[in-house]
Amino acid sequence: MATRMKPVDVVLVGFGWTASILAQELTNAGLQVLALERGKFRDTIPDFASTHIQDELKYAARDGLFEEPARQTLTFRNSTSQEALPMRHLGSFLPASGAGGAGVHWNGQMWRFLPTDFVIRSHTEARYGKKFIPADMTIQDWGVTYADLEPYYDKFEYLCGVSGIAGNIQGKLQPGGNPFEGPRARPYPLPPLKRSYATTLFDQAAKDAGFKPFPCAAANTSKPYKNPYGVQMGECTYCGYCEWFACGNYSKASPQSTIFPVLLPKDNFSYRTLCNVTRVNLDSSGKRATGVNYVDAQGREFEQPASLVILCAFAQHNAHLMLLSGIGKPYDPKTGHGAVGKNYAYQITSSVDVFIDKITNPFMGAGALGQAIDEFNGDNFDHGPAGFVGGGYLAAWSTGGRPILQQHGAPDGTPAWGAGWKKAIHENYQRSLSIATHGSVMSFRGSYLDLDPTYRDVYGSPLLRLTFDFHDNEIRMSKYLTDKAALIAKAMKPKSYKVNYRQGHYSILPYETTHNTGGVPMGADPTTSAVNPYLQSWDVHNVFVMGSSVFPQNAGYNPTATVGALAYWAVDKIRNLYLKNPGPLVQA
Amino acid sequence: MIPRPHAMKFLPPAALLGLALSLPAAAQGTSYASIERGRYLVKAGDCAACHTDDGGRPFAGGRAIGTPFGTIYSTNITPDRATGIGQWSEPNFFRAMHYGIRRDGKHLYPAFPYPWFTKLSRDDVAAIKTYLDTLQPVRQWNKPPELPWPLSVREAVAAWNAMNFHPGNYRIDPDKSAQWNRGAYLVEGAGHCGACHTPSNFLGASKEGKRLQGNDYGDSWFAPGLTSNLKDGLGSWSAEDIVAFLKTGSNAKTAAAGPMAQVVKDSTQYLSDADLDAIAAYLKDIPATSSEGNRGVNSPDDAAVSRGEALYADNCTGCHMENGAGLPQVFPSLTGNSAVQASRADSVTHVILAGAKIPATSGKPTGLSMPAFNHKLNDDEIADLVSYIRNAWGNHASPTSAAEVAKVRKTVEHGGG
Repeated sequence: MATRMKPVDVVLVGFGWTASILAQELTNAGLQVLALERGKFRDTIPDFASTHIQDELKYAARDGLFEEPARQTLTFRNSTSQEALPMRHLGSFLPASGAGGAGVHWNGQMWRFLPTDFVIRSHTEARYGKKFIPADMTIQDWGVTYADLEPYYDKFEYLCGVSGIAGNIQGKLQPGGNPFEGPRARPYPLPPLKRSYATTLFDQAAKDAGFKPFPCAAANTSKPYKNPYGVQMGECTYCGYCEWFACGNYSKASPQSTIFPVLLPKDNFSYRTLCNVTRVNLDSSGKRATGVNYVDAQGREFEQPASLVILCAFAQHNAHLMLLSGIGKPYDPKTGHGAVGKNYAYQITSSVDVFIDKITNPFMGAGALGQAIDEFNGDNFDHGPAGFVGGGYLAAWSTGGRPILQQHGAPDGTPAWGAGWKKAIHENYQRSLSIATHGSVMSFRGSYLDLDPTYRDVYGSPLLRLTFDFHDNEIRMSKYLTDKAALIAKAMKPKSYKVNYRQGHYSILPYETTHNTGGVPMGADPTTSAVNPYLQSWDVHNVFVMGSSVFPQNAGYNPTATVGALAYWAVDKIRNLYLKNPGPLVQA
Repeated sequence: MIPRPHAMKFLPPAALLGLALSLPAAAQGTSYASIERGRYLVKAGDCAACHTDDGGRPFAGGRAIGTPFGTIYSTNITPDRATGIGQWSEPNFFRAMHYGIRRDGKHLYPAFPYPWFTKLSRDDVAAIKTYLDTLQPVRQWNKPPELPWPLSVREAVAAWNAMNFHPGNYRIDPDKSAQWNRGAYLVEGAGHCGACHTPSNFLGASKEGKRLQGNDYGDSWFAPGLTSNLKDGLGSWSAEDIVAFLKTGSNAKTAAAGPMAQVVKDSTQYLSDADLDAIAAYLKDIPATSSEGNRGVNSPDDAAVSRGEALYADNCTGCHMENGAGLPQVFPSLTGNSAVQASRADSVTHVILAGAKIPATSGKPTGLSMPAFNHKLNDDEIADLVSYIRNAWGNHASPTSAAEVAKVRKTVEHGGG
């Protein structure tokens, strides 16, 4: 029997990036807000202290900051014809556990999606014709436009203290920035990070190959910064331990480094850790949520009544909770009906390793220290002759030169082990760089999330089942990007280079981008989306869903800027529309 | 928490003060203005630091205050009639603040800083009482002090007072500005800054003629001097630096750490800009001491400096930078820093061993923190590092030793801090 807790105005499921933004804004609106976090509380000092955080074995090789599959996992299969099995190790994506969520262990890569990304179906049909989109490709417009989101992208960027060069300010192209980006109201708050040797090589080679390279926007501070909440950040030290690690120097944007100092002291905010939300409770009509149930570390079950329930967990967990709670209609791949679990997507990557004579000092890095080109992202180029939908950026990243998992390997022909391998690694660790391609993945009829019919979690609920594979559209798109990357590699006039195409089936084990999307797709049409353009459930009006779970398909960019912008967008609508008149913000 | 282990001290009178009392307030009442004035003075005096225990009810006392002579417990100053000061009249309260004598006529121990509070005007004392009377009464009995004989006999305090205590209101210095006088009134009165920052004699009383020259606070913290000394004082600080430090917890040069961080958090950040300006004007007018200079300062040996420099590069440059300058307003500078160059290396050693947190204030809410290095560096390494920091970038102060570091480590790791 669940113990009933004192009601609150708002309960947030999870305490990562989106929950922190919502908590800060909704407490400012005077509401009593509670965040329920399944992991532990963590703060910069002592948990991320630079005296111990640069431990690759503990944090990268042994997943120190991530969800433990022994406690919570999912089942996976490539296609509906297979039987999905529970995963005992996750590698392809790394859900966090603990306060700050994945905002603690991300790199800080800060990309806005293109204006055309938000209207991908209507734009593609208009430019290339309706037949250009394959029948089983279930992409859709977001129901929100780039222009709608611009002020909220801006808000998130200024929260984080982003370093970079704007490419387009109010329609005017800016020298040195990304000429393809949508117009932004003002420059980034901080100048770009210092360059690494690898990024200068990429810059020159890309120019030589006829492209327009630019420094990637980084939520790693190039200078000390004070954000609009008054929270201070230090200056990045280029230690090379961002992704998979937490920042001990106050220089990578995270909930801890940008929001916690002003949020945690508030009387109308509280959080509970080691509390795993197991379902959203609905009233007898099924149209209104009454709160959530959660289980604490001792296995005790609690009922937390709330007027507003906001799902801020990792992408798949939001979809899982929706399915377990009976909110919305589960997606059925046979009929194509239902939207909860629909349009799951990942991303597709490849690389070209470049071997040179000069020393690159790869260990001096920052999570988002990179130089990129955007000629082949979204609809920045003519897809007609290419015959696929989507694209991606190409970049040389200097994120670090960590010894266990982060070296670019050795040229073709190197033995896979033994003295020959050691010699090649020794020679090339300092004399190599990699050009990465970061490609979009479209949503397809057969890529989805549902409840597993066989396997259950520690709370007795069905595990989430992921059915996903790369499609021909993505494999061809990735090859196209990889060939362009090889052009840049060649322009570096290296000793040699090695092209690593992405081929074959998707595997859940190797790390690629960690960027899961979909499962709770947003949109303007209630028959194809689970939440409306304000991220409000079509079916239960006092449930909102945050995070990349609402992306209707995946773009060729890292998702966090869009996740943050959508959170600010949604909370603005909650404050200014929903609270004044609780009910559906869009009539179905 | 602010235990004040060595706080039994007072300041000598600067002028002939006598017992000239200002006129008692005719009718204090419980007017809004009086309550707010009292609330402000209670913040300025940081009364809660001693009179509220960790996890205890506000102002109900019970906090253990270590002294070199034994433990004293702060008292309940809520208006509870049985256990607090609910039955105290305004004259009772004034006598306690002004003379250190309780309602029953017995002496208070000078851990209660009446040697400073005696300078408060009668109106201000009455306002404090008016404010305290608005608090929620808490029924909590006071604990008797744990002191050895003869100190356990309260009459012994009379002898201490005869030697060390000079009651009397603050007397305006007509040669100084009104702002200076306001600053002096706050520093030497409610603020009782000298309780920590003035060297004390063997009786725990402030030393004549050593006003605000820096003092061993206890628990391996050294309260640096507030004189105009360049190295171990505020000589290189502008008035704006002092104001920013007291208001936000840090300034372009440094940041508050240890007990002072708590003082900024609980007390000085709430002072008005005019009062902070006044404090700054007063402190900036305190001359450098005759001991200023390098007399009695030894230099570390070259090998220690070289080892310390390497340790600094590996462990400290990420925030404090290669040149020791830190990042202005973010990470403190170690150059020209009085805490770094104090006559004793305790504070800088303490910060390295235990880490430190800049106080989170409304002006600077972040609470930027430095991690502890006690698990990473041993006593020899910290001694080399401290000796290097105290002598790099133009700093000059005596080196420390592994034995000194070990003493601080004991405080940090085994309580007392």
